[in-house]
Amino acid sequence: MKNFLEINNVTKKYEDYTALNNVSLHIPKGSVFGLLGPNGAGKTSLIRIINQITMPDAGAVFLDGEKLAPKHIEQIGYLPEERGLYKSMKVGEQALYLAQLKGLSKTEAKKRLKYWFDKFDIGAWWNKKIEELSKGMAQKVQFIVTVMHNPKLLIFDEPFSGFDPINAQLIAKEILQLREEGATIIFSTHRMESVEEMCDDIALIDKSNKILDGNLDAIKRKFRTHTFQVGLHTTNPKEVETALKNNFEVYAPDFKLLNNGLALNVKLTKENSANDLLSFLTSRGEVQHFVELIPSANDIFIEAVNKNS
Amino acid sequence: MSKLKLIIQREFIAKVRNKSFIIMTFLSPLILIGMGALIYFLMQKNDEKVKEIVFVDNSGLFSKNDFEDTKTVHYLDYTDEGIAATKKKVEAGNYYGALIIPKQDSLELLAKGIEFYSKDSPGMSVMNSIENKIEKKLRNEKLNTFGIDIAKINASRISSNIKMYNFSGEESSKLINGLKIGLGAIAGYLLMMFVIIYGSSVMRSVIEEKTSRIIEVIVSSVKPFQLMLGKIIGNASAGLLQFLIWGIILFTIITIASSIFGVDVVEMQTTNIPTEQMEMAKEMTSGDKGQQVIQEILRLPILKLFVLFIFYFLGGFMLYSSLFAAVGAAVDNETDTQQFMLPIMLPLVLGVYVGFATVINDPHGSIAVLFSHIPLTSPIVMLMRVPFGVSWVELAISMLLLVITFLFMVWLAAKIYRVGILMYGKKASYKDLYKWLKYKG
Repeated sequence: MKNFLEINNVTKKYEDYTALNNVSLHIPKGSVFGLLGPNGAGKTSLIRIINQITMPDAGAVFLDGEKLAPKHIEQIGYLPEERGLYKSMKVGEQALYLAQLKGLSKTEAKKRLKYWFDKFDIGAWWNKKIEELSKGMAQKVQFIVTVMHNPKLLIFDEPFSGFDPINAQLIAKEILQLREEGATIIFSTHRMESVEEMCDDIALIDKSNKILDGNLDAIKRKFRTHTFQVGLHTTNPKEVETALKNNFEVYAPDFKLLNNGLALNVKLTKENSANDLLSFLTSRGEVQHFVELIPSANDIFIEAVNKNS
Repeated sequence: MSKLKLIIQREFIAKVRNKSFIIMTFLSPLILIGMGALIYFLMQKNDEKVKEIVFVDNSGLFSKNDFEDTKTVHYLDYTDEGIAATKKKVEAGNYYGALIIPKQDSLELLAKGIEFYSKDSPGMSVMNSIENKIEKKLRNEKLNTFGIDIAKINASRISSNIKMYNFSGEESSKLINGLKIGLGAIAGYLLMMFVIIYGSSVMRSVIEEKTSRIIEVIVSSVKPFQLMLGKIIGNASAGLLQFLIWGIILFTIITIASSIFGVDVVEMQTTNIPTEQMEMAKEMTSGDKGQQVIQEILRLPILKLFVLFIFYFLGGFMLYSSLFAAVGAAVDNETDTQQFMLPIMLPLVLGVYVGFATVINDPHGSIAVLFSHIPLTSPIVMLMRVPFGVSWVELAISMLLLVITFLFMVWLAAKIYRVGILMYGKKASYKDLYKWLKYKG
């Protein structure tokens, strides 16, 4: 798949502080790309460079094969983590203004806004001032403002903050819909469950350096520990546990079985496979539970960051 | 540059729709006129109360004829009552004050021996008037002792009125000089007020964008420089609109007032002038005076003044408001702006002071000329000088310097602005600002 956004060896320094150190990222077209990292890692610096708010000291950014230039502003939609709209300006006027700044004509902007306002059923807000809206309502307006010029690249920084679960779901659906329509999406968040839910690829930035990137599934495979949750109904659990310990690494269970039985976390060794474990279990009793422990994005995040420090 | 146009439009509309703008535009001329009327009314009222002053003359030189009653001060001869009784009456609050003229051997001693008793401190103008009356009487007495005919002295009084011309053939007079000073001072002062009011409005608008965090959305669409420039131009346009509205209101009021009162508007002013000056004023009839004021105003280079006012307003405003924008970008809230405001306000205030101190005495003196060329003070000082006639060469140099400086300042301020608007939660120091100037990209 072709990369829509290529970030090649970007470095950004502020005085003696390095915000980004030789960072390269390749973001496939039509994917949801999770940009992860602890606070102060350099994510915002990178996002600002992509938005051309600041320029890199070294390295280059290519959008759709072209070197990033002012004309690309119209192809990017950016929802910053720190949300903001003019408080005393009316919703409609404000949205029109921001759309026109993104290069839409007034009539085109009106048409698009009508579509989105109808979709979110917020047409009645058109003449209200932002300060009259609740935080969640203002967030919806901000989301519309971000996407209404049909950008090919969307950057969402913590898009779900400030939304209740229902509206968060609605926004998540819209984001995935935008991907279906061909947009490439950069998704920066600390909420790992939404990373699992939405991201195809991720990159992890820590202390100004990229420490991990690639396809989320591939990364998970790389981080898997070959550990299984095992639940077995057997007449003599003690004996089975001892036998297991001879062939595998056995740990205390991190789950509960519904009915009484032997519950354990079992890690495969180099010599045996999942099938070996399964046939061992079936020969000793009735298997109730057999699940591989797949590392969550959360686990990967913590492990990678800890390893880096 | 359609984006710049959009920003200017938004800033202009945001400013003009603001309630305080509407109130200031339409209410302040009314407030100004109302206040003028109130002061005039109070002055009338204040003087309307007749002050009664009693005098006890033990010298035998004075009579009631020497103390002529005026509209507001009446004199009563209480010589017969005696000093003690008179003092008591005044103390009881019956009269404004008691003038005690003792008996002395010589006029010189008498002049120094006169006393005035009153319950409250007497007004300056009343005392001056009494002193004048006494001096006049004593001078006449002295002249009498020299054997000089007072009637001849009075007949010999000639007043001279020097007519002043400059070499471009304009006739000038004290009146027109006064008008020039007034006009220049108003223009300079108005400019300072506008720079402060609209400059801080630019600053507030920058702070608002910072605190509401919309700045990040905006700068992902336009360059910070465009946003800053749009803000400055938008606010300047709102300022010009306000001038225009004020001009129209003023013109309308003057037209209406003069059609209702006719020349009376001017006449009313002259009747209020103290008696000494009245003598001078009497030389021309009040109608003539009114006409003369209008004629003199018409002879001033109104158009030139207007065009230059607009130019210096725009130039000065651009220069200062770019600084205001940089300050707004450097702070997180308005209370933090103080430390950066002093260096901005200083040249503005200096301009007004230098203007009032030097231009009025000598419009073409070296200090006035110098400060009308220094770009930070030139808008104010030059505007004060313009009514007195400034050569085009000087104007051109001053204007050129202003334009160059304002371009430089906008560039400098934009560098601080660009970095500052994205710095949250941090109060910048001057050292930080210097660092920001060196950031690239």
